[in-house]
Amino acid sequence: MFDGLNRRVVSLWFPKLASERVLRVRPVEAPFALTILQSNANRLYCLNSRAERHGLHRGMSYSDARAFCPDLVSVPVDLHGVQRFQHVLSRWATRYCPWVGLEGNDGLVLDVTGAAHLFGGECGLLNDIRQRLGRAGITVRIGVGDTRGAAWALARYREGVASAGDMLGALETLPVAALRLTEQTDQALQRLGLRSVGDLATAARAPLARRFGRDLLMRLDQALGNQPEDISPLKTPPHYGVRMSLPEPIGLVSDVMAGTERLLQRLCLSLNAGQVGARVLNLSLRRVDQESQHIELRLARPLRDAARILPLFERGVAEVDAGYGIDQMRLEAVRVEPLPPQQVSHARNGSHKDKLEDLVTRLGTRIGIENIQRFLPADSHIPERSFIISPAAYSEPGGVWNSARPRPVMLFPPEPIAGQGAQPPDFFRWRRMSLATGRATGPERIAPEWWFSDDNWRSGVRDYWKVETKQGRRLWLFYTPQNPGWFVQGEFA
Amino acid sequence: MHEVGGPGAQSFAVICAAHAGSVFLWIRESWRSEQLNPVGFMDFFPPENLLVATAGNQIEVLATAEESLRSGVFPLVIMELSGPLDLTSGRRLQLAAKAGKTTALAIIPDGMGSNAAETRWWCAPVFDQNDSTLQRWKLIKNKSGTLGVWNVRWSQSTRRIAVVSEARF
Repeated sequence: MFDGLNRRVVSLWFPKLASERVLRVRPVEAPFALTILQSNANRLYCLNSRAERHGLHRGMSYSDARAFCPDLVSVPVDLHGVQRFQHVLSRWATRYCPWVGLEGNDGLVLDVTGAAHLFGGECGLLNDIRQRLGRAGITVRIGVGDTRGAAWALARYREGVASAGDMLGALETLPVAALRLTEQTDQALQRLGLRSVGDLATAARAPLARRFGRDLLMRLDQALGNQPEDISPLKTPPHYGVRMSLPEPIGLVSDVMAGTERLLQRLCLSLNAGQVGARVLNLSLRRVDQESQHIELRLARPLRDAARILPLFERGVAEVDAGYGIDQMRLEAVRVEPLPPQQVSHARNGSHKDKLEDLVTRLGTRIGIENIQRFLPADSHIPERSFIISPAAYSEPGGVWNSARPRPVMLFPPEPIAGQGAQPPDFFRWRRMSLATGRATGPERIAPEWWFSDDNWRSGVRDYWKVETKQGRRLWLFYTPQNPGWFVQGEFA
Repeated sequence: MHEVGGPGAQSFAVICAAHAGSVFLWIRESWRSEQLNPVGFMDFFPPENLLVATAGNQIEVLATAEESLRSGVFPLVIMELSGPLDLTSGRRLQLAAKAGKTTALAIIPDGMGSNAAETRWWCAPVFDQNDSTLQRWKLIKNKSGTLGVWNVRWSQSTRRIAVVSEARF
C-alpha cells in the first residue's frame, strides 16, 4: 500500500506512435515510413522496424530512403491525427490513475502515486500497460521513477524501474542527454568530459551554473528529486448529459414527451451554468428489450431554452418504435456552443427571428439542416465562383454583392451549340429549339483563375455574350477562342 | 397558392420575390443541374433575402413547403415541382397557405397544373428591339376573376414591373 511518502511517476514513450497509428488501420507487410515536408524537402518522419532494418532512419531525406530501399511504402504524416491519437491514449491511461499528462508529442506521463496497488503493485501495473498496448499494436518504452525527470530518462535511455528514493543510483550511468537538455548544452558537456549523469551530479555546481545557466542544474535537480516538477493533466471537457430510469416502461408519445421535458429542464440548467447553448442534441430511448432508439436534433442556432427545444422533438418522438416500452431515457447535448446570457426585453423584437430559426430546425429534422442554405458573396469574377452556398444555420447573411455587368438568374453546366467564329451565330439549335439571334451584347472576356485548377476552365479564356433570341429566350453564351467552340451557360430573366 | 409555367416561369418567381420584400424560401429538388445565381438576382432583390431548401424528392419538397407555409414566417414560398400534384397534396398546401397567410408559388412543368391553384400563369420572354426585359404573362386560370394577357417589363430603377400596352408592342 501507499505509505504517503514517495511519489511514483511512470513515463510512457511511444517511439513509433505516428507510423503505428497508420499501420493499425491498414497493416503493411513491407518497409513503411511516414514522410513530412520540411523546408521544401520530403523527409522521413517515422518508420516501422522493417524499414529500420534496411538502414533507414528518422530525418533522412525521402529520395535517399527510396534509393536504399526501393520497395518502401510511404504516406504523408498527419500531425493533427497523431496529436488526436495521443489524446486518445491519454484518456485511455486514466484507467490507471487520474493524473495523466502529455509528454512532448510522443509520450505520456502518469502520476501513479497510491494507485499501483490496484493493479497488483508496480510490476502488475507495468505488465498490464505493456500487454494492452501490445495488443493494440503500439510499441512502448516505460520508465518508472520518483520524479518526472527520472522516469523520462529511464523510458528513453534504459527501460527500467528506479527503486524508490534512489534516483541517483538509477540514473548514474545514463548519458547527460537523459536530463532533457538542449543539443547545444549536451555537446558542450561532452567536450568538458562530463558524459554521464553521475559525473554531472558530483561536479561542482557553481561553475556549472556560471557556464550553462540555471537550466542545466534545474533539470538535474528535477531528475534527482531536489526540485519539484508538476504534471498537468488535460482538462476534461464538460459533459452535458442527463438520464432518467423509469420504474415502469412507457410507450405513449405524450409520456415520452413529458419525460423529455423533465430531462430538458435539467439539461438546460446545466447548459445555463456553463453559459453554453446546445447545437446538436441526442435523445436515446432504451427499450425493455435492450434495443436503443436515437433521436438526433440539430438546432439552427445554439439554444438552452427548454420551452423552445421541446416542440422541436415532437416529430422525432412520434417516429420512434417503442416496442414493449421504454424504461430509460438519456438526453445529451452532443455539440455545444458558447451562449452568453442576454438581456431579455419585454418588447420581444427578435420573435420573428426566433420563429425563423425554429422553422429552419424543424425543416432540418426532415431534409437535413445543411440543406437549408443561403448565398454569401465571394470575391471572384468567375460566374460559378462568385458566390458561396453555406448552410443557413451556420452562417449569417453579410458581405457586399456587386457585379459590373448583368448576370443571368439561372446558371447551368455549359451546353455546347454549333457555331463558328468569334461572333455569335445567327442561327443555332439549343435544347432541340431553333433559335435566331436578335441582339447580341458583348463580348465580356473572363479569364480562368490560374491559381485554382478547375476542369471546366481548361479550355482557356471565355468571351461571354448576352444573346437575345427572336424567339424570346435571353441566353448567356460564351466562346472559347483558345479551343474554338460555343456554349450556353445561363439564362437571363 | 399560385402556379406558374412556361419558359419564363423562373423570371416570374423572381419578380414575385422582389415584390415580397423580405426573406423568402425557395424549395428545389437536389437533382436539378440548373443553379440559382444570386448575382443575377441583384437587380431584383438583395440576394441575402433568399433561403434555398434542397430536398431529395417531390414528397420532401411538398412537406417542406407545407411546414414553412403553415408557420407563416415567410411572405412567399416558391417551390419547383417536377410532377403533377394530386388532390390531397394540393388541398394540404392550400390549407397550410391559408393558415400561415403565406403566398405559395409553384413552378410547374407544362400542363401539370392542379385544381388547388388559385391562379395559373404561363410566362415567356419576348424579344423587343429596344429593351431586354419584356415578358408576356398569360393568366390561364383564375378562380376568382377573368383571364388575361399582359406584356410587362421590369424597371430596374424602381424595382417594379411596368405593364406595356399591346399597341406599343
